[in-house]
Amino acid sequence: MSCFKSKFADELIANAAYIGTPGKGILAADESTGTIGKRFASINVENVESNRRALRELLFTTPGALQYISGIILFEETLYQKTASGKPFVDVMKEAGVLPGIKVDKGTVELAGTNGETTTIGLDGLGDRCKKYYEAGARFAKWRAVLKIGDNEPSELAIHENAYGLARYAVICQENGLVPIVEPEILVDGSHDIEQCAYVTERVLAVCYKALSDHHVILEGTLLKPNMVTPGSDSGSKVKPEVIAEHTVRALQRTVPAAVPAVVFLSGGQSEEEATVNLNAINQLKGKKPWSLTFSYGRALQQSTLKAWGGKEENFEKAQKAFLARAKANSEATLGGYKGDAQLGEGASESLHVKDYKY
Amino acid sequence: MSAFVGKYADELIKTAKYIATPGKGILAADESTGTIGKRFASINVENVESNRQALRELLFTSPGAFPCLSGVILFEETLYQKTSDGKPFVDLLMENGVIPGIKVDKGVVDLAGTNGETTTQGLDSLGARCQEYYKAGARFAKWRAVLKIGATEPSELSIQENAKGLARYAIICQENGLVPIVEPEVLTDGSHDIKKCAAVTETVLAAVYKALNDHHVLLEGTLLKPNMVTPGSDSPKVAAEVIAEYTVTALRRTVPPAVPGIVFLSGGQSEEEATLNLNAMNKLDVLKPWTLTFSFGRALQQSTLKAWAGKTENVAKAQATFLIRCKGNSDATLGKYTGGASGDSAASESLYEKGYKY
Repeated sequence: MSCFKSKFADELIANAAYIGTPGKGILAADESTGTIGKRFASINVENVESNRRALRELLFTTPGALQYISGIILFEETLYQKTASGKPFVDVMKEAGVLPGIKVDKGTVELAGTNGETTTIGLDGLGDRCKKYYEAGARFAKWRAVLKIGDNEPSELAIHENAYGLARYAVICQENGLVPIVEPEILVDGSHDIEQCAYVTERVLAVCYKALSDHHVILEGTLLKPNMVTPGSDSGSKVKPEVIAEHTVRALQRTVPAAVPAVVFLSGGQSEEEATVNLNAINQLKGKKPWSLTFSYGRALQQSTLKAWGGKEENFEKAQKAFLARAKANSEATLGGYKGDAQLGEGASESLHVKDYKY
Repeated sequence: MSAFVGKYADELIKTAKYIATPGKGILAADESTGTIGKRFASINVENVESNRQALRELLFTSPGAFPCLSGVILFEETLYQKTSDGKPFVDLLMENGVIPGIKVDKGVVDLAGTNGETTTQGLDSLGARCQEYYKAGARFAKWRAVLKIGATEPSELSIQENAKGLARYAIICQENGLVPIVEPEVLTDGSHDIKKCAAVTETVLAAVYKALNDHHVLLEGTLLKPNMVTPGSDSPKVAAEVIAEYTVTALRRTVPPAVPGIVFLSGGQSEEEATLNLNAMNKLDVLKPWTLTFSFGRALQQSTLKAWAGKTENVAKAQATFLIRCKGNSDATLGKYTGGASGDSAASESLYEKGYKY
C-alpha cells in the first residue's frame, strides 16, 4: 500500500472506528491555559489550576453523559490531573469507554508575506511527545490548522503549508500509536457566501488528502475535523440547516475518501443549538455518506454548562445537567433524530463567534 | 463549488449515473484501426472497413446483450458507421438503452529522459472534436493514460504528466457535453507483488484526483476506469478474493464518493479471470460508495472473435458466445456470478501481451 507499515495499525484503525460509533462524538476540552482563561473571565472565575481541574471534573463525571462521548481531547495539563478523590482523569474515561485524546500543536505563527495567514507549529520533538502521551493513556491527537477566506485568501502557500504540516503531524502520530485528528479549519469570518465557503473547503480538503497520501498516512486510522460549509459571519445571510447540510456533505463527497471512518465537525462560532441542529440536518440528508458524521465540539458543548457553573460548587449539579442535555442532544443529532427539544440552558442559542478567533 | 458547472452539468451527472447502473457495464469496442488489425490477424481476417463494420454489427445486434450494457466505447470510424440495413450504429444503441461513447486520445508518446515512460496526446483539437462527437450522438468519452511499474517507475514526472493530461481532457469533455472516463492504467507487466501494485495504484489515483480537483472537474459527471490491483504478470497468481480486497481498499483510499461508478479495465486478464475478479469485488462485504462494473474490451470479445473468425455463417454462434460473457459480467456486477460461464477454453485464455500497445 502507499501507506506506511505501522506496528500500531490495527489499534489505530480500531480506535478511529470506535470514535465514529453512531450516537457518540468527541468533547473538545483541550483549551490551553490562555484560552480557558478567556472562558473563565466571562464567568468571573479565577484562572488557577484548581479551577481548571474542577471544571474538567464537572464535565467528566456528569452522570449519564459519557455514554454519548467516544473521546475527549485534553490539554497536556489535564492529561495528568485527577478527580478530587484522587482518580486519574484518564482512568475515569477508560472505565466509561471514552478514549483520551491530546492536543499536540503549539499554536499558529504568521506566514511572512501573506495577509495575516498562519501556519501551525509543533513538529519538533513531536514523536517523543506522542510516545509520552501514549504512555499516559492518550490514544488520539489533535492539531489545528487555520485558514481564512478573503479576496486573495487562502493563498496557495497557506493551503500547502497547512496541509503538509497536517500530513507530517499525522504520520508522526501514527508512528507512535495515536490516531491523528486532521483539522483544517476554514474560519467563518468574512462576508463571503456559502458557495465561496464550499469552493474553498473543497480545494483545501483536496490538498489535505493529497498531502496525506504523499506522507503515507493510513487513512483508516485517521479522523477529519472540518468546518461545516456555511455563509461567512458577515455575509448577512442565514441559510437553513438543510442548505448547510447539502453543501457540507457535497464538499465531503468530493474530497474525503471512504477509507476515513469518521468526520468529526468543529463548531466554529456556532451556538450550541445551531451546531446540534446543523449536525442533525447533515445526518438526515439522503445521499452517499460512507463515513460517520459526528461532533467534536468545545464551546458548543460547554457554553451553557460554564454559565450554569459560574465557578461555584453549589452549581455543580445544575451545570452537569446542562452538559448532559447538550451531550444527549448531539448524540441524537448523529443519528438524525434530534427533535430540538433539548432543555435550552442559558446561552444555548448564543452565537459563540469571536472575530478572528485565536485559541 | 470548486467544480465547473457548465450548461451540460445535469446531463453529465445523469449520464454518468446511468452508465454506473448495477447490472450493466461498458463494452470497449474502440480498438483503433491498427489494433483491430492485430485482432483480425489472430483469426485470419482481412483488416478492411467492411470487416470492421461486420464485427461491430455482430456485437451490437447480439440478441439479449443490450440489457447487460449501459455503454459502448467506439473508435471514430465506428461512430459514423451503420448496420447493413443502413441504420446508424449510434441510433441502434441509443434506442436500446446503450449510450455511445468515443475514444478521444491520440495514443502515447515517450517522455524524454525517462525509462520508456509515456504521456498521452490528443488535447490540441479536443474541444472541437468533442463538439463534433456530441453532434454525432456520443455522450461519453475515454482517454487512456499508461503507467508502468519498475525499479524507478512510475516516476513523479510520469505520474504528474498523465494525471494532468487526464484532468485537462476531462474538463474539456465536460465543457462539451461528454462524460469523461478517466483511465490511468497501471500496466501489469513486471515481477512485482500485489502490494507494490497497490501502493502504485493508490499513489497514482491520489495524484489523479488532486489534478481533477485543480482543474475544477465535476466528479459527479465522471467515471473512473482503473486497473484492478493484482500481482505483476511475471509473479504468481493470487485468488480473486485477494485481488478484490486490495483493489477495493485502494479505491476506498483514493476515489471520492462523489464519483458514481468505477468501470474496470481488464488488462491482460482472461475473460473468465476478469469476470471472477469483478464478482469477488462486488461480493466483498465492505462499504463501497460507487458501483463497481466493467469496461472490458478483450475480456468481452476474445471468444466471440474466435467463434466468428470473419465468417457470416458463424455470426449466430459468435453472438451467443458474446451474450454469455455479457451476462456473466452483468451477474458479476451484482456479485451473483457462479463461474464457468462458457465451457469454452478461449474464456480462460490469458490475454496478456508484454508491453501492450493499443
